[in-house]
Amino acid sequence: MALNTSKEPGALDKKESELRATFLYQVSNIPGGDKIKKCIQCGTCSGSCPVSYTMDIPPREIIALFRAGDLESIFNSRTIWICASCYACTVRCPMGIKVTDILYALKRMAMEKHLFPKKLPVFALSKSFVTMTNLFGRGYEVGLLVLYYLKTKKPLKLIALAPFGLRMFIKGRIGLFPKMVKRRKQLAEILKEAEIMEVIVPVTALPPVHTPSKEESRLPA
Amino acid sequence: MAYGYYPGCSLESSSKCYDWSTRYVFKALGQELRELEDWNCCGATMYMSIKETISLVFSARNLALAEKTGGDLIAPCSSCYTILNKTNKILKDNFVLKAKVDQSLKRDGLKYNLGVKVRHPLDVLVNDIGLEKILAKTTRSLKGIKIAQYYGCQIVRPDGVFDDKENPTTMDRLFEALGAQNVYFPMKVRCCGGMLMTTFPEVALKLNKEIIEWATEGGADCVVTTCPLCQINLDGYQNKINKKFNTKFKMPILFFTQLLAFALGANRDQIGFSQNLVPVGKEITGGQI
Repeated sequence: MALNTSKEPGALDKKESELRATFLYQVSNIPGGDKIKKCIQCGTCSGSCPVSYTMDIPPREIIALFRAGDLESIFNSRTIWICASCYACTVRCPMGIKVTDILYALKRMAMEKHLFPKKLPVFALSKSFVTMTNLFGRGYEVGLLVLYYLKTKKPLKLIALAPFGLRMFIKGRIGLFPKMVKRRKQLAEILKEAEIMEVIVPVTALPPVHTPSKEESRLPA
Repeated sequence: MAYGYYPGCSLESSSKCYDWSTRYVFKALGQELRELEDWNCCGATMYMSIKETISLVFSARNLALAEKTGGDLIAPCSSCYTILNKTNKILKDNFVLKAKVDQSLKRDGLKYNLGVKVRHPLDVLVNDIGLEKILAKTTRSLKGIKIAQYYGCQIVRPDGVFDDKENPTTMDRLFEALGAQNVYFPMKVRCCGGMLMTTFPEVALKLNKEIIEWATEGGADCVVTTCPLCQINLDGYQNKINKKFNTKFKMPILFFTQLLAFALGANRDQIGFSQNLVPVGKEITGGQI
């Protein structure tokens, strides 16, 4: 079913308006997040970013794309996944825009809606991290890596890591067994409640409801 | 006054030497560290990329526990430090998120009232305890040692709580007072890539190569750092960097507390030099240990 093929200039299709509504809500939760409106496209963020050289869409363009109503392109790029969260952009932005936190919000949206460029392994790593951390309450690097390479179906890469792992093990830097929080059951209760809290959003932040037009509602001939 | 101590997951597993040396330093200076009872993972940079409320709840549980015992909370890992501070900031600013976190923590009878200050040990050592007191307890001079001061990104960014965001000097002053010489090192706050070493290794290797390159060209004998992620990237992957870029780096990467513990008279085990992958040799120890 084609959605909104007769677009007026500036009109957003359904998917784009949903993304936009979710994004605006996420940004409103960032302290100082509304400063994104003040972007003057100076490029200081892209210039300060140590990894912008390898991004297909640098930080400045990310903000430009959002303002042009094209969040979809952002989710097809690998920019948000290369961001190392170093905050160089944020401290240098002359308008005080929280670029790093905005990229975090985009990451969360991508996770929730499964919007990734092809062949990007970050989803698997994040899922593995959440599983391990929720289970033990503390990080368990060995378990994380094993789970990650199993999920990405690249167990051979684990073997390639073996020499590095061995050197680290000899130096006493590998925790073979997980350390755990004592009140794990209670932590699980806390997380259960948090998961419910996660999905509660104010009504004003909900994506717009799409009312089908006369053409869309008409039954096929 | 006892400080609360939040080791974090890295100090418990892959960077125990940071934990050992930090504890030694505080003990030598007569300052008690109380490890936070039943602390949990702060969430690292990963959790905030996945879920907002759950990640805040994870982080805030530690703050709620710390509030019960009182006092400032010391977090040596720069990543934990930034995340706990970020949690404080968000919860102070956003009452809806605070309510959600409160509701979740209630399930274990915990409540957080925004009363905990999270500090980095570098800040506490130089600004609370003070250089005079540290100097009074040193037994070994660091004279002749040339250091590249690598702060990394998350100890001063985004908020620059105790030092300048572009050109911090706390660690420089500390080691200068102990007799060492700081080399010219403009990569002070340049990111090492952090978790990118797992997700995009070619990018992280390039970032780390540039850091070690500047340290080498500046004539440093070693790089001192404040974050376990940075330390592992620079230290553990140094031979991968050499292989990829055809370089011959052999730069020891130390936690700043390791060098400080050395100055305060610790032995090899207390400092944890056995854990540094690039060996720490006579240019640093002067043959003294």
